[in-house]
Amino acid sequence: MSDEPKVIDARNTFCPGPLMELIAQMKQAEVGEELELLSTDKGSVEDVPEWINKVGHEVVSNEEKDGVWHIRVRKLK
Amino acid sequence: MRILIIGGGMGGTILGNNLARRLKGELKAGKAKITMLSASDQHMYQPGLLYVAVGQMTPDQLYRDQRGLLEPGIDFEVDPVEEFDLDNNRVKTKAGKTHEYDILAIATGSRIVPENIPGLAEHAETFYTEETAVKMFKRLREFEGGKVVITVGVPHKCPMAPLEITFMLNDYFKERGIRDKVQLHYTYPIGRTHSLENVAKWATPEFDRLGITYETLFNMKEVDGANKVLKSEEGTETDYDLLIAIPAHKGMEVIEKNNLGQSGWIPTDRHRLNMEGRDDVFVLGDTTNLPISKAGSTAHFEAEAIAENIASMVKIGVPVRDYDGKVFCFIEAGKDRATYAMFNYQNPPDPKPPTKAVHWFKMAYNQLYWASARGLL
Repeated sequence: MSDEPKVIDARNTFCPGPLMELIAQMKQAEVGEELELLSTDKGSVEDVPEWINKVGHEVVSNEEKDGVWHIRVRKLK
Repeated sequence: MRILIIGGGMGGTILGNNLARRLKGELKAGKAKITMLSASDQHMYQPGLLYVAVGQMTPDQLYRDQRGLLEPGIDFEVDPVEEFDLDNNRVKTKAGKTHEYDILAIATGSRIVPENIPGLAEHAETFYTEETAVKMFKRLREFEGGKVVITVGVPHKCPMAPLEITFMLNDYFKERGIRDKVQLHYTYPIGRTHSLENVAKWATPEFDRLGITYETLFNMKEVDGANKVLKSEEGTETDYDLLIAIPAHKGMEVIEKNNLGQSGWIPTDRHRLNMEGRDDVFVLGDTTNLPISKAGSTAHFEAEAIAENIASMVKIGVPVRDYDGKVFCFIEAGKDRATYAMFNYQNPPDPKPPTKAVHWFKMAYNQLYWASARGLL
Protein backbone atom coordinates (compact mmCIF):
# COMPACT_ATOMS: atom_id res chain seq x y z
CA MET A 1 0.00 0.00 0.00
CA SER A 2 1.23 3.48 -0.77
CA ASP A 3 1.14 6.47 1.53
CA GLU A 4 -1.32 9.33 1.04
CA PRO A 5 -1.14 10.36 -2.61
CA LYS A 6 0.42 13.61 -3.68
CA VAL A 7 -2.42 16.01 -4.52
CA ILE A 8 -2.33 18.08 -7.71
CA ASP A 9 -4.77 20.94 -7.19
CA ALA A 10 -5.76 22.00 -10.71
CA ARG A 11 -9.16 23.37 -9.71
CA ASN A 12 -10.28 26.49 -11.59
CA THR A 13 -7.29 26.52 -13.91
CA PHE A 14 -7.50 26.56 -17.67
CA CYS A 15 -3.97 26.67 -19.03
CA PRO A 16 -2.03 24.41 -19.08
CA GLY A 17 -4.99 22.55 -17.56
CA PRO A 18 -5.49 19.47 -15.38
CA LEU A 19 -4.23 16.78 -17.78
CA MET A 20 -1.07 18.72 -18.68
CA GLU A 21 -0.39 19.18 -14.95
CA LEU A 22 -0.87 15.47 -14.36
CA ILE A 23 1.45 14.52 -17.23
CA ALA A 24 4.17 16.81 -15.85
CA GLN A 25 3.78 15.40 -12.34
CA MET A 26 3.72 11.78 -13.54
CA LYS A 27 7.13 12.30 -15.10
CA GLN A 28 8.52 13.31 -11.69
CA ALA A 29 6.77 10.49 -9.79
CA GLU A 30 8.30 7.16 -8.80
CA VAL A 31 6.95 3.89 -10.22
CA GLY A 32 4.19 2.68 -7.87
CA GLU A 33 3.48 6.18 -6.55
CA GLU A 34 -0.11 7.44 -6.47
CA LEU A 35 -1.24 10.94 -7.41
CA GLU A 36 -4.64 12.55 -6.89
CA LEU A 37 -5.75 15.16 -9.42
CA LEU A 38 -8.38 17.71 -8.37
CA SER A 39 -10.19 19.20 -11.33
CA THR A 40 -13.28 21.36 -11.90
CA ASP A 41 -13.09 20.66 -15.65
CA LYS A 42 -15.66 17.96 -16.44
CA GLY A 43 -13.57 16.99 -19.49
CA SER A 44 -11.02 15.52 -17.08
CA VAL A 45 -13.40 12.63 -16.33
CA GLU A 46 -12.73 11.30 -19.82
CA ASP A 47 -9.43 12.70 -21.01
CA VAL A 48 -7.40 11.72 -17.93
CA PRO A 49 -8.38 8.00 -18.04
CA GLU A 50 -7.91 8.02 -21.83
CA TRP A 51 -4.28 9.15 -21.45
CA ILE A 52 -3.57 6.97 -18.42
CA ASN A 53 -4.82 3.87 -20.25
CA LYS A 54 -3.00 4.73 -23.46
CA VAL A 55 0.35 5.09 -21.69
CA GLY A 56 -0.24 2.08 -19.45
CA HIS A 57 -0.66 3.54 -15.97
CA GLU A 58 -3.66 2.83 -13.71
CA VAL A 59 -6.75 4.82 -12.71
CA VAL A 60 -7.34 3.89 -9.05
CA SER A 61 -10.53 5.91 -8.58
CA ASN A 62 -12.52 8.65 -10.29
CA GLU A 63 -15.26 10.40 -8.35
CA GLU A 64 -17.04 13.74 -8.04
CA LYS A 65 -17.43 15.54 -4.70
CA ASP A 66 -19.22 18.91 -4.65
CA GLY A 67 -18.36 19.79 -8.24
CA VAL A 68 -14.72 18.69 -7.97
CA TRP A 69 -13.47 15.54 -9.70
CA HIS A 70 -10.96 13.57 -7.65
CA ILE A 71 -9.01 11.30 -10.00
CA ARG A 72 -6.52 9.03 -8.34
CA VAL A 73 -3.91 7.37 -10.52
CA ARG A 74 -0.89 5.10 -10.04
CA LYS A 75 2.32 5.21 -12.06
CA LEU A 76 3.07 1.71 -13.32
CA LYS A 77 6.22 2.12 -15.41
CA MET B 1 12.29 47.01 5.96
CA ARG B 2 14.85 45.20 3.79
CA ILE B 3 13.30 43.80 0.59
CA LEU B 4 15.42 41.42 -1.42
CA ILE B 5 14.47 40.42 -4.99
CA ILE B 6 16.21 37.41 -6.53
CA GLY B 7 16.11 37.52 -10.32
CA GLY B 8 16.18 40.34 -12.86
CA GLY B 9 13.82 38.92 -15.47
CA MET B 10 10.36 40.22 -16.25
CA GLY B 11 8.81 39.38 -12.87
CA GLY B 12 11.66 40.66 -10.70
CA THR B 13 12.08 43.84 -12.74
CA ILE B 14 8.40 44.82 -12.75
CA LEU B 15 8.16 44.00 -9.04
CA GLY B 16 11.21 46.09 -8.18
CA ASN B 17 10.14 49.12 -10.22
CA ASN B 18 6.53 49.02 -9.08
CA LEU B 19 7.64 48.70 -5.47
CA ALA B 20 10.21 51.48 -5.73
CA ARG B 21 7.49 53.86 -6.92
CA ARG B 22 5.08 52.83 -4.18
CA LEU B 23 7.78 53.16 -1.51
CA LYS B 24 9.44 56.32 -2.81
CA GLY B 25 9.05 58.15 0.49
CA GLU B 26 10.16 55.21 2.61
CA LEU B 27 13.24 54.64 0.42
CA LYS B 28 14.17 58.31 0.69
CA ALA B 29 13.71 58.30 4.46
CA GLY B 30 15.78 55.13 4.85
CA LYS B 31 12.78 53.18 6.19
CA ALA B 32 12.89 50.70 3.31
CA LYS B 33 15.62 49.30 1.11
CA ILE B 34 15.22 47.33 -2.13
CA THR B 35 18.04 45.11 -3.38
CA MET B 36 17.97 43.04 -6.57
CA LEU B 37 20.41 40.22 -7.28
CA SER B 38 20.63 38.87 -10.82
CA ALA B 39 22.82 36.51 -12.82
CA SER B 40 23.24 39.01 -15.67
CA ASP B 41 23.67 42.74 -16.32
CA GLN B 42 21.51 42.28 -19.43
CA HIS B 43 17.73 41.91 -19.67
CA MET B 44 16.35 39.77 -22.47
CA TYR B 45 12.90 40.09 -24.03
CA GLN B 46 12.37 36.34 -24.20
CA PRO B 47 9.21 36.31 -26.39
CA GLY B 48 11.37 37.79 -29.14
CA LEU B 49 13.23 34.50 -29.56
CA LEU B 50 10.25 33.15 -31.52
CA TYR B 51 10.85 35.85 -34.15
CA VAL B 52 14.62 35.25 -34.17
CA ALA B 53 13.94 31.59 -34.99
CA VAL B 54 12.11 32.54 -38.21
CA GLY B 55 14.35 35.45 -39.19
CA GLN B 56 11.99 38.29 -38.24
CA MET B 57 14.23 39.75 -35.49
CA THR B 58 17.93 39.63 -34.68
CA PRO B 59 19.20 38.88 -31.15
CA ASP B 60 20.59 42.38 -30.51
CA GLN B 61 17.01 43.70 -30.64
CA LEU B 62 16.10 41.61 -27.59
CA TYR B 63 18.48 43.12 -25.01
CA ARG B 64 18.66 46.18 -22.78
CA ASP B 65 21.02 47.06 -19.95
CA GLN B 66 19.29 45.88 -16.75
CA ARG B 67 20.53 48.78 -14.61
CA GLY B 68 19.00 51.22 -17.08
CA LEU B 69 15.56 49.58 -16.69
CA LEU B 70 15.48 49.98 -12.92
CA GLU B 71 14.27 52.84 -10.74
CA PRO B 72 17.23 54.70 -9.17
CA GLY B 73 16.21 53.66 -5.65
CA ILE B 74 16.94 49.98 -6.32
CA ASP B 75 20.32 48.61 -5.33
CA PHE B 76 21.21 46.27 -8.23
CA GLU B 77 24.02 43.72 -8.12
CA VAL B 78 25.11 41.11 -10.67
CA ASP B 79 25.78 38.33 -8.22
CA PRO B 80 23.48 35.28 -8.34
CA VAL B 81 22.35 33.56 -5.16
CA GLU B 82 23.77 30.12 -4.43
CA GLU B 83 22.44 29.41 -0.92
CA PHE B 84 19.05 30.22 0.60
CA ASP B 85 18.87 30.20 4.42
CA LEU B 86 15.18 30.96 4.85
CA ASP B 87 15.12 30.09 8.57
CA ASN B 88 17.60 32.88 9.24
CA ASN B 89 16.33 35.34 6.57
CA ARG B 90 19.51 35.47 4.56
CA VAL B 91 21.03 34.34 1.25
CA LYS B 92 24.61 33.80 0.17
CA THR B 93 25.81 34.74 -3.32
CA LYS B 94 28.30 33.37 -5.82
CA ALA B 95 30.74 36.10 -4.79
CA GLY B 96 30.45 34.91 -1.19
CA LYS B 97 28.43 37.87 0.02
CA THR B 98 25.59 37.48 2.55
CA HIS B 99 22.37 39.49 2.19
CA GLU B 100 19.84 39.61 5.01
CA TYR B 101 16.20 40.46 4.38
CA ASP B 102 12.84 41.08 6.00
CA ILE B 103 10.92 40.21 2.82
CA LEU B 104 12.25 37.99 0.04
CA ALA B 105 10.86 37.67 -3.51
CA ILE B 106 12.11 34.81 -5.68
CA ALA B 107 11.79 35.20 -9.46
CA THR B 108 14.56 33.04 -10.87
CA GLY B 109 12.62 31.70 -13.87
CA SER B 110 12.92 28.42 -15.73
CA ARG B 111 15.08 26.58 -18.27
CA ILE B 112 14.62 23.92 -20.91
CA VAL B 113 15.78 20.38 -20.12
CA PRO B 114 15.97 18.62 -23.50
CA GLU B 115 18.58 16.28 -22.00
CA ASN B 116 15.78 14.49 -20.13
CA ILE B 117 14.59 12.94 -23.42
CA PRO B 118 17.25 10.68 -24.97
CA GLY B 119 18.44 12.10 -28.30
CA LEU B 120 16.43 15.32 -28.12
CA ALA B 121 19.26 17.75 -27.32
CA GLU B 122 21.41 16.30 -30.11
CA HIS B 123 18.80 16.03 -32.85
CA ALA B 124 16.14 18.70 -32.33
CA GLU B 125 16.15 22.42 -32.99
CA THR B 126 14.80 24.66 -30.22
CA PHE B 127 14.32 28.40 -29.81
CA TYR B 128 14.38 29.09 -26.05
CA THR B 129 17.89 30.59 -25.99
CA GLU B 130 19.61 33.09 -28.27
CA GLU B 131 22.12 30.52 -29.47
CA THR B 132 19.53 27.83 -30.30
CA ALA B 133 17.09 30.27 -31.95
CA VAL B 134 19.83 31.48 -34.31
CA LYS B 135 20.90 27.89 -35.00
CA MET B 136 17.30 26.95 -35.78
CA PHE B 137 16.95 29.79 -38.28
CA LYS B 138 20.13 28.73 -40.04
CA ARG B 139 18.72 25.18 -40.33
CA LEU B 140 15.46 26.55 -41.73
CA ARG B 141 17.33 28.58 -44.38
CA GLU B 142 19.11 25.46 -45.58
CA PHE B 143 15.96 23.32 -45.55
CA GLU B 144 14.70 22.63 -49.07
CA GLY B 145 11.82 20.25 -48.33
CA GLY B 146 10.69 17.21 -46.37
CA LYS B 147 8.83 16.51 -43.15
CA VAL B 148 9.08 19.03 -40.33
CA VAL B 149 7.83 17.75 -36.97
CA ILE B 150 6.96 20.20 -34.20
CA THR B 151 6.82 18.38 -30.87
CA VAL B 152 5.87 19.60 -27.40
CA GLY B 153 6.97 18.65 -23.87
CA VAL B 154 5.39 19.57 -20.50
CA PRO B 155 5.63 21.77 -18.61
CA HIS B 156 6.80 24.47 -21.00
CA LYS B 157 7.12 28.22 -20.97
CA CYS B 158 4.74 30.21 -23.19
CA PRO B 159 1.72 27.99 -23.82
CA MET B 160 1.06 29.61 -27.19
CA ALA B 161 4.56 28.96 -28.58
CA PRO B 162 3.75 25.53 -30.09
CA LEU B 163 0.92 26.92 -32.19
CA GLU B 164 2.73 30.15 -33.00
CA ILE B 165 5.88 28.49 -34.31
CA THR B 166 3.77 26.10 -36.40
CA PHE B 167 1.76 28.87 -38.06
CA MET B 168 4.90 30.98 -38.52
CA LEU B 169 6.72 28.06 -40.16
CA ASN B 170 3.76 27.62 -42.50
CA ASP B 171 4.12 31.23 -43.65
CA TYR B 172 7.94 31.07 -43.69
CA PHE B 173 7.98 28.14 -46.13
CA LYS B 174 5.14 29.71 -48.14
CA GLU B 175 7.16 32.92 -48.57
CA ARG B 176 10.17 30.91 -49.72
CA GLY B 177 7.94 29.23 -52.30
CA ILE B 178 8.56 25.71 -50.99
CA ARG B 179 5.46 25.11 -48.86
CA ASP B 180 4.32 22.42 -51.31
CA LYS B 181 7.59 20.54 -50.65
CA VAL B 182 7.22 20.72 -46.86
CA GLN B 183 4.98 18.55 -44.69
CA LEU B 184 4.28 20.21 -41.35
CA HIS B 185 3.37 17.72 -38.62
CA TYR B 186 2.43 18.83 -35.08
CA THR B 187 2.32 16.66 -31.96
CA TYR B 188 0.73 17.67 -28.65
CA PRO B 189 0.63 15.98 -25.21
CA ILE B 190 -3.14 15.96 -24.58
CA GLY B 191 -6.12 14.92 -26.66
CA ARG B 192 -6.56 18.17 -28.60
CA THR B 193 -4.27 20.65 -30.36
CA HIS B 194 -4.01 23.07 -27.42
CA SER B 195 -4.54 22.99 -23.68
CA LEU B 196 -7.18 25.73 -23.88
CA GLU B 197 -10.30 24.17 -25.34
CA ASN B 198 -11.45 27.33 -27.10
CA VAL B 199 -7.99 27.86 -28.60
CA ALA B 200 -7.96 24.25 -29.84
CA LYS B 201 -11.41 24.79 -31.40
CA TRP B 202 -9.91 27.60 -33.44
CA ALA B 203 -6.49 26.04 -34.15
CA THR B 204 -7.62 22.59 -35.35
CA PRO B 205 -9.67 23.79 -38.35
CA GLU B 206 -6.83 26.21 -39.15
CA PHE B 207 -4.44 23.24 -39.28
CA ASP B 208 -6.89 21.41 -41.57
CA ARG B 209 -7.24 24.44 -43.81
CA LEU B 210 -3.48 24.90 -44.10
CA GLY B 211 -2.71 21.22 -44.61
CA ILE B 212 -0.86 20.84 -41.29
CA THR B 213 -1.15 17.29 -39.97
CA TYR B 214 -1.28 16.56 -36.23
CA GLU B 215 -1.16 13.81 -33.65
CA THR B 216 -2.56 14.38 -30.16
CA LEU B 217 -1.89 12.40 -26.95
CA PHE B 218 1.78 12.31 -27.96
CA ASN B 219 4.43 12.73 -25.25
CA MET B 220 8.05 12.54 -26.30
CA LYS B 221 9.92 9.46 -25.07
CA GLU B 222 13.08 9.36 -27.19
CA VAL B 223 14.60 10.47 -30.48
CA ASP B 224 16.29 7.92 -32.72
CA GLY B 225 18.59 10.32 -34.53
CA ALA B 226 20.20 7.71 -36.76
CA ASN B 227 16.85 6.76 -38.30
CA LYS B 228 15.23 10.19 -37.79
CA VAL B 229 12.31 8.83 -35.78
CA LEU B 230 10.58 10.40 -32.78
CA LYS B 231 8.95 7.95 -30.36
CA SER B 232 6.17 8.66 -27.84
CA GLU B 233 5.30 7.45 -24.34
CA GLU B 234 2.00 6.32 -25.86
CA GLY B 235 3.76 3.79 -28.09
CA THR B 236 3.50 5.63 -31.42
CA GLU B 237 6.26 7.12 -33.56
CA THR B 238 6.73 9.60 -36.37
CA ASP B 239 9.60 10.07 -38.79
CA TYR B 240 11.04 13.49 -39.55
CA ASP B 241 13.56 15.34 -41.69
CA LEU B 242 13.69 18.36 -39.38
CA LEU B 243 12.66 18.10 -35.73
CA ILE B 244 11.63 21.24 -33.85
CA ALA B 245 10.98 20.85 -30.14
CA ILE B 246 9.40 22.83 -27.36
CA PRO B 247 11.18 20.83 -24.63
CA ALA B 248 9.93 20.33 -21.10
CA HIS B 249 11.14 22.95 -18.61
CA LYS B 250 12.41 22.90 -15.05
CA GLY B 251 12.92 25.68 -12.55
CA MET B 252 16.47 26.88 -11.97
CA GLU B 253 19.06 24.53 -10.50
CA VAL B 254 19.66 26.74 -7.46
CA ILE B 255 16.04 26.16 -6.35
CA GLU B 256 16.42 22.39 -6.55
CA LYS B 257 19.85 22.38 -4.87
CA ASN B 258 18.45 24.33 -1.93
CA ASN B 259 15.45 21.96 -1.65
CA LEU B 260 12.96 24.77 -2.15
CA GLY B 261 10.82 22.78 -4.57
CA GLN B 262 10.75 19.64 -6.68
CA SER B 263 12.07 20.23 -10.22
CA GLY B 264 12.83 23.81 -9.24
CA TRP B 265 9.18 24.86 -8.81
CA ILE B 266 8.49 26.41 -5.39
CA PRO B 267 5.17 25.48 -3.67
CA THR B 268 3.23 28.75 -3.72
CA ASP B 269 -0.15 29.94 -2.46
CA ARG B 270 -2.26 30.65 -5.54
CA HIS B 271 -3.82 33.85 -4.17
CA ARG B 272 -1.26 35.37 -1.77
CA LEU B 273 1.74 34.19 -3.84
CA ASN B 274 3.80 33.50 -0.74
CA MET B 275 5.91 30.38 -0.49
CA GLU B 276 3.85 27.78 1.37
CA GLY B 277 4.58 28.02 5.10
CA ARG B 278 6.49 31.29 4.85
CA ASP B 279 4.73 34.66 5.03
CA ASP B 280 7.92 36.61 4.33
CA VAL B 281 8.85 34.84 1.08
CA PHE B 282 7.00 35.62 -2.18
CA VAL B 283 7.35 33.68 -5.41
CA LEU B 284 6.47 34.83 -8.92
CA GLY B 285 6.70 34.02 -12.60
CA ASP B 286 7.87 30.64 -13.84
CA THR B 287 9.36 29.82 -10.40
CA THR B 288 5.99 28.97 -8.78
CA ASN B 289 4.49 25.50 -8.83
CA LEU B 290 1.06 26.99 -9.63
CA PRO B 291 -0.94 25.15 -12.29
CA ILE B 292 -1.17 28.26 -14.48
CA SER B 293 0.63 29.43 -17.62
CA LYS B 294 4.36 29.98 -17.44
CA ALA B 295 4.30 33.24 -19.38
CA GLY B 296 5.60 36.78 -19.16
CA SER B 297 2.14 38.16 -18.57
CA THR B 298 1.66 35.83 -15.60
CA ALA B 299 4.87 37.16 -14.06
CA HIS B 300 3.73 40.72 -14.86
CA PHE B 301 0.34 40.46 -13.16
CA GLU B 302 1.76 38.54 -10.21
CA ALA B 303 4.47 41.19 -9.79
CA GLU B 304 1.84 43.94 -9.61
CA ALA B 305 -0.12 42.07 -6.92
CA ILE B 306 3.01 41.33 -4.87
CA ALA B 307 4.28 44.92 -5.17
CA GLU B 308 0.98 46.24 -3.86
CA ASN B 309 1.05 43.76 -1.00
CA ILE B 310 4.67 44.32 0.04
CA ALA B 311 4.11 48.08 -0.06
CA SER B 312 1.03 47.75 2.13
CA MET B 313 2.92 45.45 4.51
CA VAL B 314 5.51 48.21 4.88
CA LYS B 315 2.89 50.94 5.29
CA ILE B 316 0.11 49.28 7.32
CA GLY B 317 1.53 45.90 8.28
CA VAL B 318 -0.75 43.64 6.19
CA PRO B 319 -1.27 42.74 2.51
CA VAL B 320 -4.32 44.16 0.76
CA ARG B 321 -5.19 42.01 -2.25
CA ASP B 322 -5.19 38.53 -3.79
CA TYR B 323 -3.82 37.52 -7.19
CA ASP B 324 -6.82 36.46 -9.30
CA GLY B 325 -4.93 34.20 -11.73
CA LYS B 326 -4.94 36.76 -14.55
CA VAL B 327 -3.04 35.82 -17.72
CA PHE B 328 -3.02 37.52 -21.13
CA CYS B 329 -1.36 35.85 -24.12
CA PHE B 330 -1.04 37.03 -27.69
CA ILE B 331 -1.30 34.22 -30.26
CA GLU B 332 0.51 34.77 -33.55
CA ALA B 333 -1.48 32.98 -36.28
CA GLY B 334 1.13 33.43 -39.00
CA LYS B 335 3.33 36.28 -40.14
CA ASP B 336 0.61 38.93 -40.28
CA ARG B 337 -2.41 37.85 -38.21
CA ALA B 338 -2.86 37.30 -34.48
CA THR B 339 -5.42 36.88 -31.74
CA TYR B 340 -5.22 36.74 -27.95
CA ALA B 341 -6.43 34.81 -24.91
CA MET B 342 -7.22 36.41 -21.55
CA PHE B 343 -8.35 34.44 -18.52
CA ASN B 344 -8.13 34.08 -14.75
CA TYR B 345 -9.01 31.50 -12.10
CA GLN B 346 -12.73 32.06 -12.64
CA ASN B 347 -13.14 32.87 -16.33
CA PRO B 348 -11.93 30.77 -19.26
CA PRO B 349 -10.59 32.49 -22.39
CA ASP B 350 -12.67 33.01 -25.50
CA PRO B 351 -10.26 33.90 -28.33
CA LYS B 352 -11.65 35.74 -31.34
CA PRO B 353 -10.69 35.07 -34.99
CA PRO B 354 -7.15 36.40 -35.79
CA THR B 355 -6.82 39.85 -37.32
CA LYS B 356 -4.03 41.97 -38.74
CA ALA B 357 -4.78 44.64 -36.14
CA VAL B 358 -3.93 42.32 -33.23
CA HIS B 359 -0.74 41.23 -35.01
CA TRP B 360 0.37 44.83 -35.38
CA PHE B 361 -0.46 45.49 -31.74
CA LYS B 362 1.77 42.55 -30.82
CA MET B 363 4.52 44.06 -32.99
CA ALA B 364 4.06 47.33 -31.09
CA TYR B 365 4.12 45.47 -27.77
CA ASN B 366 7.49 43.95 -28.70
CA GLN B 367 8.78 47.54 -28.30
CA LEU B 368 6.36 48.64 -25.58
CA TYR B 369 7.70 45.78 -23.45
CA TRP B 370 10.53 48.01 -22.28
CA ALA B 371 7.99 50.46 -20.85
CA SER B 372 6.22 47.51 -19.27
CA ALA B 373 9.45 46.26 -17.63
CA ARG B 374 10.00 49.74 -16.24
CA GLY B 375 6.59 49.43 -14.61
CA LEU B 376 5.05 52.18 -16.76
CA LEU B 377 2.54 50.06 -18.68
